[in-house]
Amino acid sequence: MTKTYEEINDRIRKGKAVVLTAEEVSEMARTMSPKEILDKVDVVTTATFGAMCSSGAFLNFGHATPPIRMERIELNGVPVSGGLAAVDTFVGATDCNTANPTYGGAHIIENLIDGKEIILEAWGKGTDCYPRKHIKTRISLDTINEAIMCNPRNSYQNYNVAVNTSDRILYTYMGTLLPHLRNASYSSAGELSPLLNDPECRTIGLGTHIFLCGAQGYVVWNGTQFNCSKPLNDYKVPMGNARTLALMGDMREMSTEFMRGAYFEKYGVTMYVGVGVPIPILDEDLAARVSIRNSQIETFIEDYGDECKLKGKVNYEQLRSGEIEFMGKKIHTAPLSSLAKARQIADVLKQWIENGKFELTAPVRPMPVGTSLKGLEEKEV
Amino acid sequence: MVKKVVVTFPAGSAGRSLTYELIKKFDIMVSIIKADIDAGRNGKLVLELDADRERLGQAIDYMKQSGVDVSPLESKITYDSDRCINCGACTSSCLSGALSIQAPDWKIVFQPDKCIVCKLCITACPLKLFHSSFED
Repeated sequence: MTKTYEEINDRIRKGKAVVLTAEEVSEMARTMSPKEILDKVDVVTTATFGAMCSSGAFLNFGHATPPIRMERIELNGVPVSGGLAAVDTFVGATDCNTANPTYGGAHIIENLIDGKEIILEAWGKGTDCYPRKHIKTRISLDTINEAIMCNPRNSYQNYNVAVNTSDRILYTYMGTLLPHLRNASYSSAGELSPLLNDPECRTIGLGTHIFLCGAQGYVVWNGTQFNCSKPLNDYKVPMGNARTLALMGDMREMSTEFMRGAYFEKYGVTMYVGVGVPIPILDEDLAARVSIRNSQIETFIEDYGDECKLKGKVNYEQLRSGEIEFMGKKIHTAPLSSLAKARQIADVLKQWIENGKFELTAPVRPMPVGTSLKGLEEKEV
Repeated sequence: MVKKVVVTFPAGSAGRSLTYELIKKFDIMVSIIKADIDAGRNGKLVLELDADRERLGQAIDYMKQSGVDVSPLESKITYDSDRCINCGACTSSCLSGALSIQAPDWKIVFQPDKCIVCKLCITACPLKLFHSSFED
């Protein structure tokens, strides 16, 4: 037996689709076979809520009178891109003013979504068609044209666990790593995480309809650093940071309930992004894939105190227990991404589908296969 | 009564065994909550002292007369739970166990009585929801 997208969408429209979260289906799989799951379940919702630095937003401010070609732009004192035509910008989540490094692009995006006003200041050289040289004003989501979140790399398929064997505290994008293996930091929703439930991206591709920060958004491309060459474990799960997604959505539909600006000490600004991806259960293979459990998902242990060497492996059931054994020591583990929020997102997406507010889309282009990652080669200049 | 104090040693006197003296001279139950001592450098101890009021007063006077600075553990940690996203980053640095996150709901639990005011949560929280403030 197989199902099609159209059959599932027809059931969604009729209010008859059976939707489970990935955690619920993993529990169901303890007593049911993939064939039985395929028979019973139409859609499985997956989700994650984690720090995703490669995020941002396109804004179009509209033209003032007289007009200005904005070549240098600041939002609340944070320099943002002045390289997009006259009145467009891209606010990168990690943009910041070095004089105030704890506030940056992600906070601007959060403030805008919250309905707050932001100070826009811009400078141009003045041209015959754009004579103005300076403008300072207040903007909000109500006053500008488009506000489109565009995240080049979100929702990592898996991520290494961070530890620190050195004798000093390390401040990293994996949080505060205490010396001498005093803690281990992990960042994945595990069995609830989107790309761990469809690890080969059979249903996730260009055009996949998703939940993005409270809005209905789309997968718009493979994410940057999309890597198919990570080793697979016995359950065919890629270990370490493998595939990624590029995502877009309308900021006006978003809520700060599902996104937040953040600052990691002595590292910089980043953005917590909430992503939910529905997986249609088209066949037994997908039913088996969404049944994956935390004990079957493994990742590497990376030592940030020793040149980021990979020194071991661990599964998410062990990580969630609060303690792992590594190099002869018992190490306190803690998450960096919010499982509570990921569950909330999976539930919201489930309700949208059950209530007929959200239909599934088949990818218009599949994700790449066979990709690997290049380092940056340094050449003489 | 139980009193938490911060004991700061000037450089040169960090080598002495103050806790031994407190136990021996004043019969005080001493728990070392936090210690940062190196011979030749300034040292800092956070102690929990358990004894009756009179002996506690005598012990604190003795420490002050011996050239170490004694001050009550003056700050406490406050936490804006309403804005918390329950990521768990703060629990990673909280070795006293005052902050925890676990199944089934994976939400932050803060138990102020276990807090030793090490302040690592203030820097660990990506949303900057922890603050230290003066107690009493």
